[in-house]
Amino acid sequence: MSTILETRGLTHVYGAGTPFERVALDHVDLKIEKGEILGVIGHTGSGKSTLIQHLNGLLQPSEGEVLLDGKSIWDAKGKCSRETRFRVGLVFQYPEYQLFEETIAKDIAYGPTNMKLPQDEIDERVRESMAAVGLAPELADQSPFALSGGQKRRVAIAGVIAMRPDVLVLDEPTAGLDPAGRDEIFELVRSYHKQSGATILIVSHSMEDIAQVADRLLVMNHAKVLFCDTPREVFSHADEIIAAGLDIPMITKVMLELKKRGHDVDTSVYTVAQAMDALRACKRKEAAHEC
Amino acid sequence: MLKDITLGQFFPGNSAVHRLDPRVKIVLTVAFIVLLFLAQGPVSYALIIAFLAVVIGISRISPKMVLRGLKPILFIVIFTAVLNLFYTPGTYIFQWHFLHISVEGIKLAIFMVLRLMLLIIATSMLTYTTSPIQLTDGLERLLSPLKKLHAPVHELSMMMSIALRFIPTLIEETEKIISAQKARGADFDSGNLIQRAKAMIPILVPLFISAFRRADELATAMECRLYRGDVGRTRMRQLKIARVDVCALLWVAVLFAVVIILKHFGL
Repeated sequence: MSTILETRGLTHVYGAGTPFERVALDHVDLKIEKGEILGVIGHTGSGKSTLIQHLNGLLQPSEGEVLLDGKSIWDAKGKCSRETRFRVGLVFQYPEYQLFEETIAKDIAYGPTNMKLPQDEIDERVRESMAAVGLAPELADQSPFALSGGQKRRVAIAGVIAMRPDVLVLDEPTAGLDPAGRDEIFELVRSYHKQSGATILIVSHSMEDIAQVADRLLVMNHAKVLFCDTPREVFSHADEIIAAGLDIPMITKVMLELKKRGHDVDTSVYTVAQAMDALRACKRKEAAHEC
Repeated sequence: MLKDITLGQFFPGNSAVHRLDPRVKIVLTVAFIVLLFLAQGPVSYALIIAFLAVVIGISRISPKMVLRGLKPILFIVIFTAVLNLFYTPGTYIFQWHFLHISVEGIKLAIFMVLRLMLLIIATSMLTYTTSPIQLTDGLERLLSPLKKLHAPVHELSMMMSIALRFIPTLIEETEKIISAQKARGADFDSGNLIQRAKAMIPILVPLFISAFRRADELATAMECRLYRGDVGRTRMRQLKIARVDVCALLWVAVLFAVVIILKHFGL
């Protein structure tokens, strides 16, 4: 796999030179592979949101650089091209509060219109992205403000998907949703990933949720990268994760407790299906031992 | 970007200036402004500047931050200086067509610039060292005699506290919305005036909607806590005049007296 986005020594300081100075990112080196789903987890204030706003050039690094396809997104004049914004689509937290147009279709068309695409292409993309987020086509001419919270969020996500970004970044897409709404959003992400093959970053503070969809996990703590690896590898460091103020999946906790009680089980599992396999393996081992 | 505006911001601290009673601070700031306009000669100004420098020193607020607060009014300052410089009649030392510079003009320009800058610095010292809640509390208490005339003093000060309280929230909100629309390729920096005005719509509509939503939520939250206006309301923080306050009042009174005496001698 090839790297699509890369950060090198990325550092960001908020309010430099004021009493409120705070280092939000501290020399972060990160490689994001093409086509993967990367889960970004961290405690509030660990620098996740700051990190993702650097990926499409909304924030300028205090130090270090961000490379898209091996090229820095900031040119020599200190400007970031709009092309970057279209290639790295960023969906903010509570994106439903950014809707502004009279109709859903017009709101979704805002991004593609800014890309200066021809009208028929825009219409095509609006239709396509509404389908991708599971909005019925007949909603197109309704006001987005008449929708429910969860549906509004889908409209906002569709607005970014319509730009067909190579990298889709979602900041806490499930914040404030009920469990059903949360599952729907994750399902949507999964099917969009399968369909488009885009690289996806999901920010969350729930390990439980993110472990289900992500190929790799990036764990942030105190403005630094704590781990960046497969969920299995990450959860095998359960102690450090808990020390960073994050939770580990319930099923991993069960396995850890079993291990503490003297059973030789694999503690890096994070789904129920994996736990079943691990338990069977353990049972077999213990049975063989008794003979 | 928006966060760079320091005018009207509050820097928490525990200095003597911070601990002053807000009523005293408001009165002293008003007195200071009167003083600025009373002062005429260079000696008085030197005294006033020294006094302000001491206040800034005691407050432990970095002078850099204080000067940064002047940035938004830089244009007005320059404008006033230029007007005074070229349009004051007197002994001309330079003349070119309709432009002329007089000795009086130079003096006046310097004093006006000083006056404006000191005015802004003094008033921003008030807001830098006083939390919005204290500020409106003090204002309400100072204006409370007007209640006898059925002026809605409490309501006005409540409105002011809420407005002040929500300025940072709305700034944050605006920045978030701007970022979000930029992420969708919004372009605020190019095009003619009409195009630029139009580019603001994607920011203003969500901002207004969220402001109304917040207002609604706040009203509900206040009603839930049985807010029903001024009548029968008690306070958690009682304002009391302490020794620092008396000291501060005395110091400013002395400064006042000295400036008036100096004025008499034309210094």
